[in-house]
Amino acid sequence: MSLPGASAALPWQLSDTATRRVRRRKRANVRFQVYGIGAIVIGLAILAILLATVIGKGTGAFVQTRITLDVAFNEKIIDPDGSRDPVKLGQADYAALLKEAVAASFPAVTARQDKRDLQKLFSGDARYELRDMVVNDPSIIGTTRSVSLLAASDTDIFAKGSMARDIAEGDRRLTDKQIAWIDELVAKNALETNFNWSFFTNADSRAPESAGIGGALIGSFYTLLITLAVCFPIGMMAAVYLEEFAPKNRLTDLIEVNINNLAAVPSIIFGLLGLAIFIQAFHLPRSAPLVGGLTLALMILPTIIVVTRAALKAVPPSIREAAYGVGASPIQVVTHHVLPLAVPGIATGTIIGMARALGETAPLLIIGMVAFIVDFPGGPTDAATVLPVQIFLWADSPERGFEEKTAAGIMVLLAFLILMNAIAIYLRKRFEVRW
Amino acid sequence: MELTILIGALVVLTALAFVYGRRRALIKVGGNRRALHSMPNYHGWFVAIWCGLPAVILLVLWLLLRTTILEGFIEDALGPELANTAAAMKSAMIDDVRALTAGEQIAREPTPLLLEAAERYASLKSTADAAVLVIGLVVAGFGLGLAWRRVGPKLRARNNVEALVRVVLFLCSMVAIITTIGIVLSVLFESMRFFSYVPFWDFLFGVQWSPQMAIRTDQVGSSGAFGIIPLFVGTLYITVIALLIAMPIGLLSAIYMAEYASRRVRDVVKPILEILAGVPTVVYGFFAALTVAPALRDAGASLGLGISSESALAAGVVMGIMIIPFISSLADDAIVAVPRSLREGAYALGATKAETVVNVVIPAALSGIVASFLLAVSRAIGETMIVVMAAGLTANLTANPLDSMTTVTVQIVTLLVGDQEFDSPKTLAAFALGLVLFVATLVLNVVALHVSRKYREQYE
Repeated sequence: MSLPGASAALPWQLSDTATRRVRRRKRANVRFQVYGIGAIVIGLAILAILLATVIGKGTGAFVQTRITLDVAFNEKIIDPDGSRDPVKLGQADYAALLKEAVAASFPAVTARQDKRDLQKLFSGDARYELRDMVVNDPSIIGTTRSVSLLAASDTDIFAKGSMARDIAEGDRRLTDKQIAWIDELVAKNALETNFNWSFFTNADSRAPESAGIGGALIGSFYTLLITLAVCFPIGMMAAVYLEEFAPKNRLTDLIEVNINNLAAVPSIIFGLLGLAIFIQAFHLPRSAPLVGGLTLALMILPTIIVVTRAALKAVPPSIREAAYGVGASPIQVVTHHVLPLAVPGIATGTIIGMARALGETAPLLIIGMVAFIVDFPGGPTDAATVLPVQIFLWADSPERGFEEKTAAGIMVLLAFLILMNAIAIYLRKRFEVRW
Repeated sequence: MELTILIGALVVLTALAFVYGRRRALIKVGGNRRALHSMPNYHGWFVAIWCGLPAVILLVLWLLLRTTILEGFIEDALGPELANTAAAMKSAMIDDVRALTAGEQIAREPTPLLLEAAERYASLKSTADAAVLVIGLVVAGFGLGLAWRRVGPKLRARNNVEALVRVVLFLCSMVAIITTIGIVLSVLFESMRFFSYVPFWDFLFGVQWSPQMAIRTDQVGSSGAFGIIPLFVGTLYITVIALLIAMPIGLLSAIYMAEYASRRVRDVVKPILEILAGVPTVVYGFFAALTVAPALRDAGASLGLGISSESALAAGVVMGIMIIPFISSLADDAIVAVPRSLREGAYALGATKAETVVNVVIPAALSGIVASFLLAVSRAIGETMIVVMAAGLTANLTANPLDSMTTVTVQIVTLLVGDQEFDSPKTLAAFALGLVLFVATLVLNVVALHVSRKYREQYE
């Protein structure tokens, strides 16, 4: 601190150059701190952008556009011989029924091409909705009902306002006429949006408007079930051996080195392992949750072992010694005392490992879980896909309607991951014992 | 069907063995538990294990080997037709027979011989399964009888059961070694076959990658080139971009968290940043392909730069975001491990906090920080989904980050997704790439471990 106007520095004062130097050094210190804050802010901003993008793009998929239409369930088309045979009812020409109903509600449209374009406002799956109505309740044949039908993806995108109407006709998916018809529907109050339950109950589809994650969720469930059934017992027992029984020798060292290395092996390599061993050598079915689950189990095994060992280590030696003191055998010490006390830690670690398995994609691509599957898997040996792979498949699809499906699938995936991690944190907080 | 019966029977038998083994032990000593060497439950376990375990081992072995064994029989049945078909057709025919047996449709008109083979296969399978059922039950019964006779006051049932438990525990920990061996063998074995088609040095030093193989030998221009250099360059390029993003952000945020941030800030911000580590890579892939890449392309277009929509830049940037948390958490550990006394010594000499960090703390934590960078590199080159979704498919040997590039992992996925035959060099090439990837990450990890061990400053 030099006094203003002081010509010569007093002994306790710094010289001007020294003062400047100190200032510079302090400024450098502040600058360094600002860099740190900047780095953290960038990190947080990226996270925010990532989540905002996903949520912004994905929320639309939870809403679905439907068009209300008066449909005359014409007996001539559905059931010409009047037998009401459910098999025949299921095979009738519902596209013609839909065509008739659309023509009836837009009498002004007469040109062939226009009629076809008008038809395209409805989802290709709308006819199956009509079929299901008839098969479930044949008594509606011959009546005219007001039916709410699934709109096509383009109609849906337009209705949600994601397609600009002021750009050139050739640059958008809907023609001017189609937009005019949609406006007409809106004016008639025939266009409605409601919550898209079918997104959760449908399996994959080529049509974006009726594609859902139901099949993938079931596939993920079976896969994780296999993973858990394989890696939890093996991981836990391996951890018990290494922590409680393993002698200090070369073999034990080798096992530990292997576990550490496996934790760092890229996940795609596990896919190659699954392909070569489970599919080629053991002839297990391709694309099945069984193989996916086994592959993921090997992948997360190191995680489970490491976490379980930490949980076992946290149990204080006094517990073991007390148990030995009353005559328990080493196995009894572990099974009766150490393991029960380590359960919260083991459970936490297992949940975190399972969360990792749920989000993993690459090895599953290699073992063929990327197939386009419209059926719900009935068991672990059926061909199936899983949630992250479904997201990957949709992200790769060229149709615009799949973009919001992709983001919505990610939202569901993230919701599951957050849930699993929240449970893990809760378990840790609730049952953790401090010794 | 027979096997389901066997499993059910074994479950019931084992449960009964436990209950009656336990009871028999008590009966033998007239209800006086103290006369038993081991508690009655251990006798129950002893009998149950002897009954169930050998039969279960038999069952598992059979399930694993059934297809291989039965295939030999199909080949015999197809004998005359197989003798004059190529190896590739051979496996297709066997697949057809298996599909016919399972009642599925096959691609071509089933010949009488195929149908006959399928019939034989089906009957063989059920005969063999029935045989396994009988043998399994006999083995279970035999084990049960042996153990049953030994139950008594003198039997050291607990020691026997515990010895087995120890063996099982040991075997479980061996799974880690078996997995490693499995990876090495599967990748190495297929790679060897690949190198019998493509010379090793052409693979390692070739500058052309276009893995199409001729369907017919007389086809033009489809010889296929398997030079890995373009893939290497692409992988390294994307990794370098990722590191340029992740190193400063990760290291600076770790320093701030460890040295400057108050406890409260640390407790709140650190878990939030760690969310980045928990986001599945497919989500980053989506972000890269549908948000970052178009944004970069548009930004480039407004600046007059032609940025490919599959540019290495977009994939690299997003991969950088992905590895920020790896670097920051590992670097944080290394920085926190530097003892307080070093910092206090620096403060005592008049250093500012920044000077202390730069001149004292970072050099002291350098081994850990370098190790974190190496692990991040290993993560980045093994990362698949981001590059599969955001990077290109064609191998360009270019130095322009705005161009499309491809990586080793992208090619593995491209070569293996979809229909494949296991004997073509195209499929085998994926395993050779896997071998390269495995070796590269292994070396990086070993070096990282070595660096963090050998060069760690010891202050105790």
